[in-house]
Amino acid sequence: MDNFILTALASVLGIASIIGAYVAIHNSKLTVAIIATGIVSLVASVLFLLLAAPDVAMTEASIGSALTTAIFFFTLNKIRQ
Amino acid sequence: MGKKTLIVLLMVAMAAVLYPLYESYQGSEQLTELGQYYADNGVQDTGAANLVTSVVVTYRGLDTLGEVTILFLAASVISFFLSFKKEDRKESREIRNITEILTTASQVLIPMIYMLGVYIFVNGHLTPGGGFQGGAVIASGTLLMFLSNPDFKLSHKVIHYVESTSGVVFVLIGVLGIFMAGGFLDNRILGLGEVNTLFSAGAIPVIYTFLGLKVGTELSNVLGIFVESQNEQ
Amino acid sequence: MEYVIMTTGFALAIFGLYGLLSQKNLIKIIIGFSIFTTGINIVMVAIGYVRGGIAPILDNEGISQIAAQKSIVDPVPQALVLTSIVIGLGVTALMLAYVMKLYQDKKSLNINDYKNLKW
Repeated sequence: MDNFILTALASVLGIASIIGAYVAIHNSKLTVAIIATGIVSLVASVLFLLLAAPDVAMTEASIGSALTTAIFFFTLNKIRQ
Repeated sequence: MGKKTLIVLLMVAMAAVLYPLYESYQGSEQLTELGQYYADNGVQDTGAANLVTSVVVTYRGLDTLGEVTILFLAASVISFFLSFKKEDRKESREIRNITEILTTASQVLIPMIYMLGVYIFVNGHLTPGGGFQGGAVIASGTLLMFLSNPDFKLSHKVIHYVESTSGVVFVLIGVLGIFMAGGFLDNRILGLGEVNTLFSAGAIPVIYTFLGLKVGTELSNVLGIFVESQNEQ
Repeated sequence: MEYVIMTTGFALAIFGLYGLLSQKNLIKIIIGFSIFTTGINIVMVAIGYVRGGIAPILDNEGISQIAAQKSIVDPVPQALVLTSIVIGLGVTALMLAYVMKLYQDKKSLNINDYKNLKW
C-alpha cells in the first residue's frame, strides 16, 4: 500500500516533468521556456527526495532551480535591451 | 530534409546506447561491495554520521578539490569575458519600481537566509547538506540583495580575500593530513570525538566551513558579474 | 517506484538531447543541455537506490546503527551527482556569458548566423 502511494506520486511527478521539458523545448516564448526549465529542476529535486537522497535534493533545489533560472533571466534581460 | 533524418538517426543511436542500461536495471536489493564498505566502516573511519559527507570530503576529497578548481576557473573566465571599460558604462538606466513589500521583507529575510546557509555548512557532517548547499543558499541571499536594491555592489576586496584565503586553508588542511595522519585530506588530524555531536568527525566541519565560504563567495561573484553586465551599453 | 523514476530520467535525457540538436536559438540549446544534465543525474541516483532503503545518514534515531547499516542506499552515486550539479551551474553560466558576447557581436540568437568557422 505504501509502495503504491509512492509509485503513484512518482508517476505524477514524472509526467509533470516530461510535460515541463516539452514546454521548455517547444514554446517559442523564451520566458516561458526558462520558467519551465526551472519547474523541471524543482520536480527533479522532489524525485531525488523519493530516491532517499536528501543531499542531492537540496543541491538541485538551490542551484538547479534558483540560481540557474536567475542567471538565464539576467542574460535574457541583457539581450532584450 | 537531410538534417531531420540525421537528428532522428542520432536520437535512435543514443536510445540504443542507453537501452541496455535500462533493460538490465532490476532495482537492487542490496548494496554493491564499495557501498557496503562505506556503510560498515564509514562511521568508524571518519566519525561523520552523514555518509555522503564523508565520501565527498574524505574518501574522494581530491575530486572535491578538482571540482572547486573547475568552479573557480569558470568564475574567472566569466569575469574575464563580461568585464567592460568604464567609458562603456551607461550614464542612466531605467530602474523598475521596487515594491515596498520586497524592500521590507528583504531586510528581515536576508540575515535569516545567511544564517541558514551557515547552519547548513557547519552541520554538514550530521544532517543533510554541506559546503556546496550552504554556499548556494548564501548566494541566493545575495541574489535577493541584488533584486531588492538596484544600487547594491559587491565589494571586490572582501570577495577576493575570503575566496582566496578559504581556498588556501582548504589545501593547507589537506597537506597537514600527509604529515599528521594517513594521507592528503585525511580528516583525522583532529580527534574524531563522539559521533553525532557538533565537534566531531575530525577536520570535516572545518573543511566544510571553508568550502562553504569559498563556494558562497564564488557563486555570489558570478551573480554580481551578471548583474553588473546589465549596465554595459 | 524506482522503475518509474528511471524511465523519467531516460525520457528527460532523450528530450534534452532532441532539444540540443533540433533548436536554432542559442538559449534554447542551453535549455536543452540543462534538461539533458538533469535527466542523466536522475538516472545516476536511481542506479544507487536500494529497494526500501533509507537516506545514508547513520544518526541512531529511530533504528539502531546495525539495522541502519543494512538498509541505507548507496552513498557513492549521490556524492558524484552532487559534484555534477555544481559543475553544471558553472558550465551553464559560462555558456550564457558566451551567448551574451556573441549577441553583442552580431545581434542575433540564431545559430545559422554564426559561420565564422565554416568554409
